[in-house]
Amino acid sequence: MSLLQVSGVTRRFGGVIAVNNASLRVPEGAIVGLIGPNGAGKTTLFGIISGFVTPSAGSVSWDGADITGLPPHRRAQAGIARTFQIVQPFAGLSVVENIAVGAYLRHPARADATRIATDIGTRLGLGPWLDRPAAALTVAGRKRLELARALATGPRLLLLDEVLAGLNPSEIRDIIPLIQAIRAEGVTILMIEHVMQAVMNLCEQLYVLAEGRMIAEGNPVTVCADPRVIEAYLGHGAAARMQSHA
Amino acid sequence: MYTPSIIAEAVVNGLLTGAVYALVALGLTLVYGVLHIINFAHGALLTCAMFAVWALSDGLGLNVYLTIPPLAVLFLCLGYGLQRWVIGPASHGDDGNTLLVTLGLSIAIENGLLAAFHADTRTLSGDAAFDVVELGPMLLSRPRLIGFGVAVLVAVLLWALLAGTDAGKAIRAVAKEKMGASLAGIDVRHIYALTFGLGCACLAVAAGLLMPTFYVNPRVGNAFVLVAFTIVVLGGMGSVPGALLGGLLIGVVESLGGLFLGESLGQAGIFVLFILVLLLRPAGLFGARA
Amino acid sequence: MNKPTLAPVAVLLVVLAVVPAFAANTTINFLVSALIVTLAAQGWNLLGGFCGPFSFGHAAFFGTGAYVTAVLQSRYGVNAWAGFAAGIAAGAVVGGAIGWLSFRAGLRGSYFALITLAFAEVFRIVANAVPLTGGATGLLLKLDVRPANFQFASRAAFAWIALGCVVAVLALSIAIARSRLGAQFAAVRENEDAARALGIDVLATKLRAICLSGAVTAAAGGLYAQYFLYLDANIAYGSWISVEALLAVIVGGIGTPAGPLFGALALHALGEATKLFAGAITGIDLVLFGLILVGAIAFAPAGIAGSLHSLSARWRR
Repeated sequence: MSLLQVSGVTRRFGGVIAVNNASLRVPEGAIVGLIGPNGAGKTTLFGIISGFVTPSAGSVSWDGADITGLPPHRRAQAGIARTFQIVQPFAGLSVVENIAVGAYLRHPARADATRIATDIGTRLGLGPWLDRPAAALTVAGRKRLELARALATGPRLLLLDEVLAGLNPSEIRDIIPLIQAIRAEGVTILMIEHVMQAVMNLCEQLYVLAEGRMIAEGNPVTVCADPRVIEAYLGHGAAARMQSHA
Repeated sequence: MYTPSIIAEAVVNGLLTGAVYALVALGLTLVYGVLHIINFAHGALLTCAMFAVWALSDGLGLNVYLTIPPLAVLFLCLGYGLQRWVIGPASHGDDGNTLLVTLGLSIAIENGLLAAFHADTRTLSGDAAFDVVELGPMLLSRPRLIGFGVAVLVAVLLWALLAGTDAGKAIRAVAKEKMGASLAGIDVRHIYALTFGLGCACLAVAAGLLMPTFYVNPRVGNAFVLVAFTIVVLGGMGSVPGALLGGLLIGVVESLGGLFLGESLGQAGIFVLFILVLLLRPAGLFGARA
Repeated sequence: MNKPTLAPVAVLLVVLAVVPAFAANTTINFLVSALIVTLAAQGWNLLGGFCGPFSFGHAAFFGTGAYVTAVLQSRYGVNAWAGFAAGIAAGAVVGGAIGWLSFRAGLRGSYFALITLAFAEVFRIVANAVPLTGGATGLLLKLDVRPANFQFASRAAFAWIALGCVVAVLALSIAIARSRLGAQFAAVRENEDAARALGIDVLATKLRAICLSGAVTAAAGGLYAQYFLYLDANIAYGSWISVEALLAVIVGGIGTPAGPLFGALALHALGEATKLFAGAITGIDLVLFGLILVGAIAFAPAGIAGSLHSLSARWRR
């Protein structure tokens, strides 16, 4: 049985349909990727899964139970953690305090929460900055902080919204093994990503969203060769042109 | 009994008062629409303007309506300076700070006036308040009619200024997209200060229109400021026609409320109305801006 | 609380505890007023400083605490201490009600500030009109000096009780700052969406903050009623206390447990000094307070506690 199942969700904003009858399933223990051109509705779909956006139609089920109407904090309590594409640090708090907010979800005692926050922060390479204000972090540091905070909630499913965007190649090389290690500990991962090198490396299942619709799914190699996917990224007729050049 | 003519008179009187309320609200909504800040000192600045009208008119014997043009210019400059050199720099670009800074200014202004003029309530000498015009079956106050006319005229002028002039276009550009306007070479701090100045000029005009039929004491602005906030929230934050319509509506509601409920409860009525307006408007409209 | 500010706070508290034993009545009066404002400001700080929402209407809680304490004894013969406790509970209830209405409607920032102001004004107008509160003439508590009646022959005793309340809330604030609840408050203050994503029920957290805040500020109102034995609507629900509670926190150091104490003492000392120099000009002290608010935001956003902190940090280096 899949841990997360999204069935036929649609979301309209006024006259615009951001997500149109999209479905996906994430099996327990997998790393699943969600890709698509800019404006395809990926982040809206993440919002629907994490409870920040209410779908106009369709349903979301978690571990066999319907959670379509559940508010975000209840979903986090149930084990769904998300990061934000536009990082949202608690700017006035220190790095370790930021992570501890996540850890407090399952550890009410300050000593426990702080210890877990320190461990996770150190593991994600934030060790030297733990007592610095979060506002002082670089972009790469903030991305790591997003990841650390989400991880500190002790999730079963981690929703990663472009954690690699804005990082340079060496930073990306550093963070990929971290994601693999998280998964090895049994955390299921669903990630939105534009960095194809990372997607191909990490994901065993890929979904492609374009103009709100799910246009392809399958293993990364097959999906990337799919003419519909190529056209979605490069425009109408691109697949045919690539064929003729090949 | 409430005969139709009494009710009609209350409605018309409400419209007349409402136009001046609208003018006060117009200053507030303009500042909000462009700077995205709530100017908490708006009421205190209105009180200031009313004292200025009183001093020029009663002290120097100037015709009350002749005090309006110089005071409007003076308040334009005052508002410009306040925003450019006090409120802007002191707030460090944080909305919460702006609120506190303007609160601080309002406390300082209000109590400064209290120290200078004491708590006494003053009115203009002369009997302008009793100067009435017969309109069909209704007796209407002449200063209020003038107030209505001038207030509507100022609103139209302001609208024309925003729509037609270069300064107006720059103001609208900054209101829509501060960063883009700045990249296009518009001096955002200047536009902020100019807008704030225009908001204050509206107050000077409103003060001149109010004084013939109203009184002034150091705390009088407080009553107006919540009325103005109610209007602005009701009419849509930042909307000029919204402020005008909202002002007229609130004027009529207050006038009818006073007729049916009596004066003392009418005082609480404005606050209750304000609370209801805030609570019942859907959260997204104004809750989004933290 | 961070360690550098702990020492000055401890010294200050010891001085405050010793002074009433020797001081003249005017000094004790000054001290009690300052401590009552401290308590009101501590309440403001629990909401505005710890959790984020700025209130312009904490008079709503102060007045409720004061009136419930006073009305229960004078009209219903309830024991003064029980009335005081009921006043504190009433503050929490009023806080919960205002919070539930406004936070559920999504009001934040300026809108929350304005709606709290409007609530306080409605309370003031109603208290000024209804017979239960004595209307415009106000409410006089019967002089009946017995400790069991929360009235004391010596003013010093009252100063110690006020100080006890302040210390209790200070300890509570420090405990909260170091707890999960404190982390949740801070998370909600800094970024509501991120807080939600980390499993925090934002509405429930804000309601906890405003109930606590209302209770503490109501305690200040109750103390006021017992000390001065007189109330009217403009004292209990007047904007003066909303302003002083907020101002003491901003000047003292927002979000720091000891900030309200520093701020209230500094402001009161300054207020007295102005009256000394400027004589009897009404409002001159408030002009200064307004300017201080502007100046504090402009030049010392971290307040006295923050400045002490950075000073001692520099000292160690």
